[in-house]
Amino acid sequence: MRFSEAWLREWVNPPLDTQALVDQLSLSGLEVDAVEPAAPAFRGVVVGHVQSVEPHPDAQKLRVCQVDVGEDSPLGIVCGAANVAAGQRVPVATVGAVLPGGFKIKRAKLRGVQSLGMVCSAAELGLAESADGIMVLPADAPVGEDLRAWMALDDACIELDLTPDRADCLSVVGVAREVGVLNRADLHEPSIEPVVAAIDDSVDVRLGAPQACPRYLCRLVRGVDPSAPTPLWMQERLRRGGVRPLGVVVDVTNYVLLELGQPMHAFDRAKLDGGIDVRLAEQGETLDLLNGDRVTLRPDTLVIADAQRPVALAGIMGGADSAVGDDTRDVLLESAFFAPAAISGDARSYGLRTDSSHRFERGVAPERCRLAMERATALLLSIAGGRPGPVVEAESGAHLPAAPRIDLRRGRIPKVLGLTLDDADVEDILGRLGIALAPTDQGWVATPPSPRFDIQLEEDLIAELGRVYGYDRIPVTHARSAAATRAPLEMAYEPRRVRRVLLDRGWSEAVTYSFVSRGLQGAVDPDVEPLALANPLSAELSVMRAGLWPGLLQAVRQNLARQQSRVWLFESGLRFRADEDGLHQEPMLAGVAVGPAQPEQWGAEGRDLDFFDLKADVEAVLASVGCADAVDYVRDAHPALHPGKSARILRDGRPLGWLGSIHPSLAATLDLPGGVQLFELEVSALGGAPRPAFESLSKFPSIRRDLALVVDEDIAFDTVRRSVAAAAGDLLRDLVLFDLYVGEKVDSSRKSLALGLILQATSQTLTDDDVAAVVERVLAALKADVGAELRA
Amino acid sequence: MSQGSTPPLDALREAALAAVGAADDLTALDRVRVDYLGKSGALTAQLKALGALPKEERPAAGQAINRVKAEVQQVIETRRAGLEEAALAQRLTAERLDVTLPGRGRDIGAQHPVVRTLERIEQLFANAGFQVEEGPEVEDDYHNFEALNIPAHHPARAMHDTFYFPDGRLLRTHTSPVQIRVMEQREPPFRVIAPGRVYRCDSDLTHTPMFHQVEGFLVDEQATFADLKGVLYDFLRNFFEDDSLSLRFRPSYFPFTEPSAEVDVQCVKCGGSGCRVCKQTGWLEILGCGMIHPAVFRHVDIDSERWLGYAFGMGVERLAMLRYGIDDIRLYFENDLRFLRQFG
Repeated sequence: MRFSEAWLREWVNPPLDTQALVDQLSLSGLEVDAVEPAAPAFRGVVVGHVQSVEPHPDAQKLRVCQVDVGEDSPLGIVCGAANVAAGQRVPVATVGAVLPGGFKIKRAKLRGVQSLGMVCSAAELGLAESADGIMVLPADAPVGEDLRAWMALDDACIELDLTPDRADCLSVVGVAREVGVLNRADLHEPSIEPVVAAIDDSVDVRLGAPQACPRYLCRLVRGVDPSAPTPLWMQERLRRGGVRPLGVVVDVTNYVLLELGQPMHAFDRAKLDGGIDVRLAEQGETLDLLNGDRVTLRPDTLVIADAQRPVALAGIMGGADSAVGDDTRDVLLESAFFAPAAISGDARSYGLRTDSSHRFERGVAPERCRLAMERATALLLSIAGGRPGPVVEAESGAHLPAAPRIDLRRGRIPKVLGLTLDDADVEDILGRLGIALAPTDQGWVATPPSPRFDIQLEEDLIAELGRVYGYDRIPVTHARSAAATRAPLEMAYEPRRVRRVLLDRGWSEAVTYSFVSRGLQGAVDPDVEPLALANPLSAELSVMRAGLWPGLLQAVRQNLARQQSRVWLFESGLRFRADEDGLHQEPMLAGVAVGPAQPEQWGAEGRDLDFFDLKADVEAVLASVGCADAVDYVRDAHPALHPGKSARILRDGRPLGWLGSIHPSLAATLDLPGGVQLFELEVSALGGAPRPAFESLSKFPSIRRDLALVVDEDIAFDTVRRSVAAAAGDLLRDLVLFDLYVGEKVDSSRKSLALGLILQATSQTLTDDDVAAVVERVLAALKADVGAELRA
Repeated sequence: MSQGSTPPLDALREAALAAVGAADDLTALDRVRVDYLGKSGALTAQLKALGALPKEERPAAGQAINRVKAEVQQVIETRRAGLEEAALAQRLTAERLDVTLPGRGRDIGAQHPVVRTLERIEQLFANAGFQVEEGPEVEDDYHNFEALNIPAHHPARAMHDTFYFPDGRLLRTHTSPVQIRVMEQREPPFRVIAPGRVYRCDSDLTHTPMFHQVEGFLVDEQATFADLKGVLYDFLRNFFEDDSLSLRFRPSYFPFTEPSAEVDVQCVKCGGSGCRVCKQTGWLEILGCGMIHPAVFRHVDIDSERWLGYAFGMGVERLAMLRYGIDDIRLYFENDLRFLRQFG
């Protein structure tokens, strides 16, 4: 909603300057989006009277005008505009004037003729975007008067960004009422008297869909002059309200829209066939709209029709065929109430958004139809003449919105606001808002005024009380809540703890979009059909990620492109996968890393990270949540991972995640180096580890025995470990793998493992015999289980 | 020193003291010790030779030898201490590091500023007894709109540029649906915050199609707008670490709260005097809040006569921008390490 401040002040004029006024509006819930001057700065422009226009002796396109600006003698001014003519009143920038942009007017010679000023166009004065020739002022413009003062251009255009509930403020009268309430100031309403019919002609109205349109007023005005110029004052108010002048009839209806908030429409009577039928559209009907679009109507759309066809989308836009034009003589004015529920969504569904639909879908006071009709008739007659017929009003009282009667309990106000108001304050505030109150035992019964569609409940009244009383005057309190504090379980997955582990180990945290391109998702996980958006912003962001790797791989690639050599990124967030059970939105923790195992540094040999660097980090994460011991790593194939260098991670046999080196084909597809390592963990499988349970510490020394074994190359270390653990039993405190050797010193199909067994008993010091017995058992088991031999 | 002929004790003493004085390292000093005090040292030999003296001379001679022995021992110890000290001093002078060389090993990583901010917000509300809850990001229309008193065709829907799926589901446009999910599943009272990703079909200089919100709400038998102000004053003053930070509550409209307010904080950049960040207004719009609307309670079968509640919601990217002076929202999702490392 945009309007002229001066216009508002005609209605209500509190003793506040512009800044104070707009601050007050913003703080009362009518957010001021912009305050702009009605005209840019200029000075020295006066009203001139063109006395004569002569051709320029030396230039075909220039004219020499004698312009009276109220001084002793007229000024000779050279003018290039084609539309300048003797007898006009025009804006004249006299010598010394400064036009918008700081353009100074000087005495000049144009092709040898002296020019003592400039006749201005509206664009040159900043009053229009563009102009076709000079600005012609009304014939009664006072010659010699300062234009700025005469047009009252020292005005501000105030733009409100209204919330959808405050449709009552989509008009000057609505804002004026609000300003009146906030300042306890009286409203100076213009007197709007009924216009007496001069002719009997009328048009029949049928309410074919009374629930959608329970009130429809129309009036025929015959013999208007469609070419009558819209008066400058009205043009200016429209302009300052952001509305383009379009000819007198439309200008009048737009003026009433801005002033009273009632959208109106004007038909050319001659183009209507018979009476008006306000009905739902029929299947297959079409309508050519004023904006040039042709729409095919849906059967649930409310239209204004004549005897033959729809002529307007009710409350949204008129049809082109029945619109007023240059040859219109008889105008049918419409002023109706369309129910918000009937209009809501219709405009958008046809891809339209008009000042009219914007208001009707939020609610226009049904009581205002007649006032608006009288106002528009009077304005039209005064500008364009014509003979008015009677107002035809069709109404279905049962379908008109009834004013709600709302119980307001005295005791409820402090319960909601935390503020106790005196009855007198309650009555004063609500009274000023036009809310009728009748006392009850517990408080009041309240009836809001018809433009306030937003006030339906007791809470709405309480909100109004808080708003007008002032949110800043509501105290700041600290209540104790009865809600028990429910702390997370001790062994619940703690995202912060886990993030901290990765951060501390050198990983940086990424946040990537939850949607990725179908191509990328497919490259990483071709077996998954991703969930696609119906209205993606772009193909790059069109499917929901089925895992976190696509986004991370992309982020890694972008960082490599920005000359980062060591990129370790992790992310936590949901993945989206659908199966026959429905959609699964599962929290994941994933990481993608590439580059040196350590930052480049002195005194240490640089090498690229590998599977086992990443595994150490995964193990650290698992240790931090207490489940490192319950986890197995099983070599398995994943389409994104190198089949020989990838592991499925299982916790107690259930899937927990993946770990591995990137598949060379994927690396090639994504133009990534081959050394990229990836992991992902299902967060839901990470929680709930058993909490720590104390075991008493052994008082006896531990003993270490190192074994160098040779086993077949394909024997997994885990098999060896299990064999040792089973054979050593309770005495095995720890098992360390301290070397792994493959090379010429052992058979090519074998590898050498160096194990450290740390043995300890809880009840005694182990003797050499005890230890020898354990080692013997272990060696026997290893030989039996994995064919291990002591390395020679 | 030949066996059998023993030099006079005085001469021996002089020689020993001279030898100690001449020993300029610990090895030489030890050699002196062995020469005089060792098993076959000169002074030891003197003691052994006592037997050859007449019985009555022995005690006096023995005492004299022992006195010299003790003196030599003492001098050797003093000399040893001096030499050790000198040796240590020399070692300490020689063993020096360039302490300005960088340390070795891994460095630590950098946290994403949005997550960092989320963690702070969660912590501040956890201190006030709020519990973290999460909800799905692919939502249904009911939880994202309908149950929050935003029926189909409500003008407020136009303010949410929604991403849809072909089956009618959508990406949640705010974290408010978590309110509904919690209230459906549990009995009041509750104090909950719901952080998470939200989505709007919008992308330009100041909008990204995904961003983060934190929704907070409390439902109890007593809960007032004044309490809501109290919670938000505490939170924002703690968040910006400014005990005198001014707030401004402006009436506003959300379908799921009544009364509703937008909260502005005094510009944290200029302190309210007006700058580019606050567009010269001195104020920054920071969050929306209000008392939970009775229609919302009705949808989840909570008696709005008995229970009252308040709710608030804030944009995490915006809070992080103000806190850390980030000036371009798009940087958040580019994950440029040069950006992330600034928030380690």
